[in-house]
Amino acid sequence: MLNVNGLRKTFGTLVAVDDVTFAVAPGELLGLLGPNGAGKTTTVSMIAGLLRPDRGDVLVGGSRLERDTDPVKRRIGLVPQDLALYDELTARDNLRFFGALYDLAGSALDKAIATALELVELGDRARDKVKTFSGGMKRRLNLAAGLLHDPDILLLDEPTVGVDPQSRNAIFDNLETLKRRGKALLYTTHYMEEAERLADRIVVIDHGRVIANDSLSGLQALAGVGAGERATLESVFLTLTGRSLRD
Amino acid sequence: MATTPLLAMVRKDLQLFFSDRRAVIMSFAVPIAIASFFGSIFSGTNRNEPARISVAIVDQDDSPISRLVLGGAEADKNLRVSTSTVDEARDLVKRGKISVGVVIPKGFGERAGQAFFGNGEKPPLDVLYDPSRNIEVAMVRGIMTEHIMQAVSREMFGGEQGRVLVQKALPEIEASKMPDDQKKALVDMLKSVNSFYSRPGAGADANRGPRGITMPYTVNEQAVTSGENVAYNGYAHSFAGMGIQFLLFAAANLGIEILLERQRGLWRRLRSAPVSRITLLGGKMASMTIVCLMTLLVSFTFAIVVFGVRVQGSLLGFLGISLACSIMAASFGLLIAALGKTPAATRGVTTLAVLMMVMLGGAWVPTFVFPQWLQQLTIIVPARWAVDGLDAMTWRGIGVSGAVVPVAVLLGFALLFWGIAMSRFRWEEA
Repeated sequence: MLNVNGLRKTFGTLVAVDDVTFAVAPGELLGLLGPNGAGKTTTVSMIAGLLRPDRGDVLVGGSRLERDTDPVKRRIGLVPQDLALYDELTARDNLRFFGALYDLAGSALDKAIATALELVELGDRARDKVKTFSGGMKRRLNLAAGLLHDPDILLLDEPTVGVDPQSRNAIFDNLETLKRRGKALLYTTHYMEEAERLADRIVVIDHGRVIANDSLSGLQALAGVGAGERATLESVFLTLTGRSLRD
Repeated sequence: MATTPLLAMVRKDLQLFFSDRRAVIMSFAVPIAIASFFGSIFSGTNRNEPARISVAIVDQDDSPISRLVLGGAEADKNLRVSTSTVDEARDLVKRGKISVGVVIPKGFGERAGQAFFGNGEKPPLDVLYDPSRNIEVAMVRGIMTEHIMQAVSREMFGGEQGRVLVQKALPEIEASKMPDDQKKALVDMLKSVNSFYSRPGAGADANRGPRGITMPYTVNEQAVTSGENVAYNGYAHSFAGMGIQFLLFAAANLGIEILLERQRGLWRRLRSAPVSRITLLGGKMASMTIVCLMTLLVSFTFAIVVFGVRVQGSLLGFLGISLACSIMAASFGLLIAALGKTPAATRGVTTLAVLMMVMLGGAWVPTFVFPQWLQQLTIIVPARWAVDGLDAMTWRGIGVSGAVVPVAVLLGFALLFWGIAMSRFRWEEA
């Protein structure tokens, strides 16, 4: 569904992403892990069409993503790391606006809003202003806003930052549901236990380059964990990326 | 351009604007309050009477001439005269209670009479003035010149002090080293004056007394407004000026809102949607234009209802200028969003830019008080075209032809700002 081929992006002399390649299949959740500044968000930005790669391309269902108004963009949903919501508007008005950006209108938009709110269990708060929501509710609404146009691919950039365990668990349930519906999910996170629980495959990126791309068990083998031991993803991650601080 | 996303952007921005009570007050109530204040100052309490200048006159001479000067000043409709001592006058000027203090020193009348015929030293008239009110000082100087000339000549050609001075001056002139031909001419003139005095009722008008030198003309002032008997309404200019100022502030705030949206990650979501750059900025531009137009029209509606401001010129021209002005302001807001880095830093710079623009545009004080070079320079300030255009359509009563150039120039500025904004806008979201 999503093929990322040889992406490279530089900012001046800084090489942020270099020759990044991976693919996400329908019904698969790919965990994109890496230390701070590794190039995760830059990669997601290029896939979402927010940044133009210096080299390489992004294929969605075999079609290359090019212009701002490329119809291929309709097949991608972005859930940004920031709570990209208007606090002064109601949940419904937020979704109405974001849905309209994808040309949704009338009953189709109403239905999409109802479906998205039902998924994230915010149907009863639709008419409340977002500023009255808790952090977890905002995170769930942030997810709903990325789902309105029923994309085939969902890009989730650290979608659980700062939420309580209950909301995090609810988001995980939502993602499991989306996987079952055949969506291709790309999930960046710093929380190793989230990737362990959700990811079918994991891509580890460091200094802008992919240093591993495998299932959890494959990564454990790659990291050279001894026979009979079952290493955590965190220990594998630290083995692959080192222990030096990345502030 | 896709209409659904465009309309959604406009609707969302208007919802956000009206949900922000502070923004609404700043855009509608504050300009009305400030324009009303400025309008009341510039209109005065009675539009047919000029504002009087407060002057203290210290008469140390107490001569017939000084008393005539004082009387003339007191009767002048441009002055509000009080009498005092020198110290009191100086204190009043120092405290800003009055703009000018005039001291008529001892012996002023006698010496002025002698100097009138050119054979004596001119006596000084001491003027104490407030340096921050130079315009009023110049006016008082002119008014006092008129009254002193009138008083001295009146006394010299018909008063007792004049008679004494002429008799005293004749032998002095005879003894002077003046060229003979000039001396003869002056002596002949003074003798004629003396002989004039000798006649019964000399120099005195039967009804009005001696007149002396008077202004050889009267002034028939006519305020050129939209038509005869149509008084100038100072509120029209103040509402135009303040309307433009707060319209620019509103647009600047909306520009800063774009920076805030970027800071909060909203532009990542907007840019990830299949929406063109023109639609994104066009939606912003449209919503800003609507807010700006509402700001201006609400202000003027208030001025029309409460202060009797009228669009004496072309209504079409007025609406055209208002719209062009709003489009210009909206593109200015986009320019701010394109050039600004952070909301906080941009807010400070923008406030300064808007204040400079409206100040140079004549929104606070008319541009004629500026030096000539600055008046020329202000043609590159869009606010000037907006204010002049609205003045033309309201109290000046100029027809639609008077709106053509301001509209064209304002749209030209809008195009320039839009072009820079499109090229400098940070489209990539890292």
